[in-house]
Amino acid sequence: MAERYELRFSGSGGQGMILSGIIMAEAASIFGGKEAAQSQSYGPESRGGASKSEVIISDEPVDYPKATSIDAMLAMTQEACSKYHKDIKDSGILLIDSDEVQDIPTGDYKIYSYPIIVTAREKLGKVIVANIIALGMMTELTGIVSHEEIEKAVLSRVPPAFLDLNKEALKLGFEEGARLKEA
Amino acid sequence: MSKKKIFVQGNEACIQGALYAGCRFYAGYPITPSTEVMEQMAANLPKVGGKFIQMEDEIGSIAAIVGAVAAGEKAMTGTSGPGFSLKQEIMGYAAMAEIPMVVVNVMRAGPSTGYPTGPSQADVMQAKWGSHGDSPSVVLVPSSVQELFYETIRAFNLAEKYRTPVVILFDEVIGHMREAITIPEPGEVEVIERAKPDCAPEDYKPYEVKDGKVAPLAAFGTGYRYHITGLYHAEDGFPTADQQYIHDTNMRLVNKIEDNKADICENEELFLEDAETVVFAYGVSAKSAKFAVKELRAAGIKAGLLRPKTIWPFPSDAVEKISKTAKKIIVPEMNLGQIHGEVERYAAGRCEVQGIFRVDTEPIHPKQIMNAVLGVPVEPTVIPDVVDFTARG
Repeated sequence: MAERYELRFSGSGGQGMILSGIIMAEAASIFGGKEAAQSQSYGPESRGGASKSEVIISDEPVDYPKATSIDAMLAMTQEACSKYHKDIKDSGILLIDSDEVQDIPTGDYKIYSYPIIVTAREKLGKVIVANIIALGMMTELTGIVSHEEIEKAVLSRVPPAFLDLNKEALKLGFEEGARLKEA
Repeated sequence: MSKKKIFVQGNEACIQGALYAGCRFYAGYPITPSTEVMEQMAANLPKVGGKFIQMEDEIGSIAAIVGAVAAGEKAMTGTSGPGFSLKQEIMGYAAMAEIPMVVVNVMRAGPSTGYPTGPSQADVMQAKWGSHGDSPSVVLVPSSVQELFYETIRAFNLAEKYRTPVVILFDEVIGHMREAITIPEPGEVEVIERAKPDCAPEDYKPYEVKDGKVAPLAAFGTGYRYHITGLYHAEDGFPTADQQYIHDTNMRLVNKIEDNKADICENEELFLEDAETVVFAYGVSAKSAKFAVKELRAAGIKAGLLRPKTIWPFPSDAVEKISKTAKKIIVPEMNLGQIHGEVERYAAGRCEVQGIFRVDTEPIHPKQIMNAVLGVPVEPTVIPDVVDFTARG
């Protein structure tokens, strides 16, 4: 069987979770030369409601695009965390926004907690880049794609006027991710 | 030069295939989960000299592409859910008038407006029987983003070859998921162009069948003047009340497809040689099935996969063949057993046929299929934590 690496990005509709999944998959496939499939699940509303995006990365074409046993998950809201954490595998990773997720699930996986949204607002002045900070942290915590690959993928997806802001957000994510790993 | 590799949704791969096949007209009305098909056509058709139009509704959209085809273009429309229901009358009209066009249906959960953002496979019978009358049906069911690109080209080719409407039927998962695809260079994949009349305009008969082949279709505005109708019509296109001709025409319309199954039906086969249990699956459920079958094989269990890329005409020969060697056929689908019934019909009691049906808008989990193969009872929406390979026997 081909090795599958499964990621799930979850939060509230409008937080950019689907875009995070797309960028991660693009980093792995277009810039990293691996196979990747990205899928999503969301409700009829364009804002709010639990939203998730899944990315499967493999050396071979991905047969089944949905998560079966998750290696790494991001939860930006309590609702998403409660609804979607149960598929995380033993020895997997869960990254949560520490201000949003109070009821922390228990399981045989590593939990990293960080105030992602508050940091986006206070350090970068824009809540909208919270997903890019999270993407940087997920890259650092999982090591499934390189810094260069994820940066190329981020920069190919954002409008020119926001290149610097997103670069900064990603870099912040790498740094904070590295600090969490060491702690 | 390295080939163009792009990371796109299924819906976009579909329109890239359409453009490759020479589609230059799209009329549509937006509806989730097919909206990106329309958006991408609006963005891309003008770049290649094509025309895009948003019509007042789904009926207007499909009627507009009939007109575009009669004017000589290759044309497509796309929709989902209730939109596909609205298009049914003109589907039959196009089959009757022998208009080669492509209709995309990205399936969402029904009935009615149902659940717009959730996948389903419950339009698979509607794709065959949605329009009244014994109508010919060609329906393709791609299962990946790259395949959707190629199958869209094949849909246009089959439409032109047999002068008939072709449906590309997939679901929200295939339509919205993203994968990297490679776009072949022009000329690398065969594109069939419409047969044009070589006779003088005054000698042209739009429904004159010669050597068993469909008549060439002249483009309006090129000097060939003829009549198109949904009524039974004679070779010149005008209505007829000749009962023998009516009989012959209905038989010809249906048999131009049924007699060419060998050309139209395509299947993917995996581990069928020695398979004791065969999973028959299409579209999103085939993704779960492939994963499950590979897992089972890795555990030494003789499972196989038969995956039709064409669901109509039905691959009856392939089902008959496996029913003679396999002990059991499992049919997972995101509906309440629409294709399961067809498989039972052609297995004809030679082996057991078991369905796995799921309509809660979650794709069938590979573990559900693994359990069915292993003989563990399958609950429609309950996913077991562990698949017990030792439970078999």
